[in-house]
Amino acid sequence: MRTRIQVEGLAKAYRIGTEIQIEDSMIGSMVNFLKSPLSNFRRLRNQSRFDSFEDPDIIWPVRDISFKVDDGEVVGVIGRNGAGKSTLLKLLSRITDPTRGSATIYGRVGSLLEVGTGFHPDLTGRENIYLNGTILGMKKREIDEKFDEIVAFSDVAQFLDTPVKRYSSGMIVRLAFSVAAHLEPEILIVDEVLAVGDASFQKKCLGKMQNVASHGRTVLFVSHNMAAINQLCDRCLVLEKGRLIYDGEATEGVDHYLKIGAAETTCGAYQIDPAAARRSDCKGQITRIELQDLDNGTSGSFGIGEPFQIRVHVTCYDRISMAVVGAEIMAANGTPMLNLRSDSQNIPLGPYSAGDEVIFTIQVPGLPLYPGLYRIDPWFGERRGKRIDQIRDAVSLSLEVKGRLQAEHLIQPGRAIMLMDCEWTDAVVTKANQ
Amino acid sequence: MANSDTAQTPLSEHCIVIVPTKGWKLIAWQELIEYRDLLYFLVLRDVTVLYKQTIFGFAWALMNPVFSMLVFTVIFGALGKLSTDGQPKSVFYYAGVLPWTYFQGAMSASANSLISGANIFSKVYFPRLFIPLVPIISKLLDFGIAFLLMIVMMVWYRIMPTTNLVFLPLLVLLLILTAAGMGMWLSALSIQYRDVRYAVAFCVQLLMYAAPVVWTATSVPEKYRLIYGIYPLAGIIDGFRVAILGGRPMPWDLIAVGSVSAVVIFLTGAFYYRRTERIFVDVA
Repeated sequence: MRTRIQVEGLAKAYRIGTEIQIEDSMIGSMVNFLKSPLSNFRRLRNQSRFDSFEDPDIIWPVRDISFKVDDGEVVGVIGRNGAGKSTLLKLLSRITDPTRGSATIYGRVGSLLEVGTGFHPDLTGRENIYLNGTILGMKKREIDEKFDEIVAFSDVAQFLDTPVKRYSSGMIVRLAFSVAAHLEPEILIVDEVLAVGDASFQKKCLGKMQNVASHGRTVLFVSHNMAAINQLCDRCLVLEKGRLIYDGEATEGVDHYLKIGAAETTCGAYQIDPAAARRSDCKGQITRIELQDLDNGTSGSFGIGEPFQIRVHVTCYDRISMAVVGAEIMAANGTPMLNLRSDSQNIPLGPYSAGDEVIFTIQVPGLPLYPGLYRIDPWFGERRGKRIDQIRDAVSLSLEVKGRLQAEHLIQPGRAIMLMDCEWTDAVVTKANQ
Repeated sequence: MANSDTAQTPLSEHCIVIVPTKGWKLIAWQELIEYRDLLYFLVLRDVTVLYKQTIFGFAWALMNPVFSMLVFTVIFGALGKLSTDGQPKSVFYYAGVLPWTYFQGAMSASANSLISGANIFSKVYFPRLFIPLVPIISKLLDFGIAFLLMIVMMVWYRIMPTTNLVFLPLLVLLLILTAAGMGMWLSALSIQYRDVRYAVAFCVQLLMYAAPVVWTATSVPEKYRLIYGIYPLAGIIDGFRVAILGGRPMPWDLIAVGSVSAVVIFLTGAFYYRRTERIFVDVA
């Protein structure tokens, strides 16, 4: 076995809001310059100090991570939002510089942190294939050789000479992914790109990744999709608050990760960090989510079929004439179970104006699902379901055996996913003669 | 084990060590060469996108210099009656406007390149130095097109080029060096201090009047000539005009001093850029 990636004590720090010792304006910088002997002294002193992990002005998205990846390994990286997954990948792809520690990489790296980096809307599909390919590190000759394959994989052959601004968003994603999929580095670093495209295309992408892995290349793969991690990876790294808390076999790692989720689930109320990276546009943000029983008691666990309510607090930054609110409910491994949305019942919500704080309450008559841990991703949007904000991976709910469904050993999910509290009667129609 | 190692593609050439970078770095020529295909496609993208969905297409490359020339001919030539070295006014102004337009366009685009390219370089690694250099190269196309009109005008006015024309490539090289050096300085500064971006917009105006675009460098008093020559565009633009139109000897004093400062601007720009590039992603 040959080592491909060797990471030792890697850490990355940011001053809150900006990088260490950087002023945003010329004046600030000049003042800084005048004070520089003093601040230089402070900086140097801090640099040699061990306890700087505790400095409240500095955040460490990645702190002191060490691991080693060998040839042909497919390693999943999982962790909650803000655990440092993306920063780790950025460090390994040389996009940003580490503050401490080192990483040694043996081989050519292809990193896919975004689908379609450098795509220009005015260029044709053909021109974008070359541009995007070379940005990802391919040579023109390599693209020439694989050009037909790339086009075939993307299914956009007849639009090859059309500017991509006339493409549908699905076509752009397909084209971009097929360029990336034909990158053939020894080490592939992938960040959640499978979260795009429709189901059949996602399946195709997973197949392609499996193919890459089976050719003995090393893959580092960040995902929130536990099913994909289980399916693709032999090993996984679990990050929590910038630290590596688990490194080992994949299924065990996924369980471990879900357990951290479970430990925090009982609270049932979640304050949402407005700065957390997520899909949201400037029209409004979800600020808080609560799970409550019908007496407004906040809780994170409910019985099977027990009614509860999801309360979504939203602050509007702009006028929203018609709102749609919803919640996606997923099994712990990411399999979608339910998608509740107000527009499916034509519920009129809104209008709201800028500055309004609104609480949406979704009364759920009970989840007819097997006991276990479920994720709730609430979202809200405008008319036709155009999303304004969505919280992923923040809220989980534990469904427990309560009430009439008591025989716990019998209530195990097999191939089925739903479970119901039914009424059972019998009536002997004809009594046999004795 | 050793056998299987040698059987695979040699890895040692592709060993990357990622550690905190400190201090000053030289230009990594080898890496730039390795990524040359990317440079080609980035330049191609710039060039292709520029005049897409326009009616006049590449004719736009002529609009800027031609209109500047017309304005200067009327205001400074006809109304202000500034000396034009005894040359026809329109040719005189066009010969100054031509290198200036390239310099201004290339430097401004280069200064803004990091800010507008942040969405690319924060997602993938490639030599960051390409970002400010791409506009410097792609604007050469406009320069070439505008130069064709220069030839047409010379034929029209029956101006015979002198042997000094052979120095034209040297002057263009100096022009490129200066624009690239300024571009590296300004782009690296403006990604961190957005003040620079706004300052560039109006400083460009001042720089034009400081260069011998609308006037001739012969009007600079003798004792200040060498000091004036520190501004690289003094020698470049004046030399450009003499190399094409002739009429007096090449201003070698200005060019000599200017070449030194052009090289200094280029090298310091490259060093400063390389030194600050590690924080680009964090401050972008």
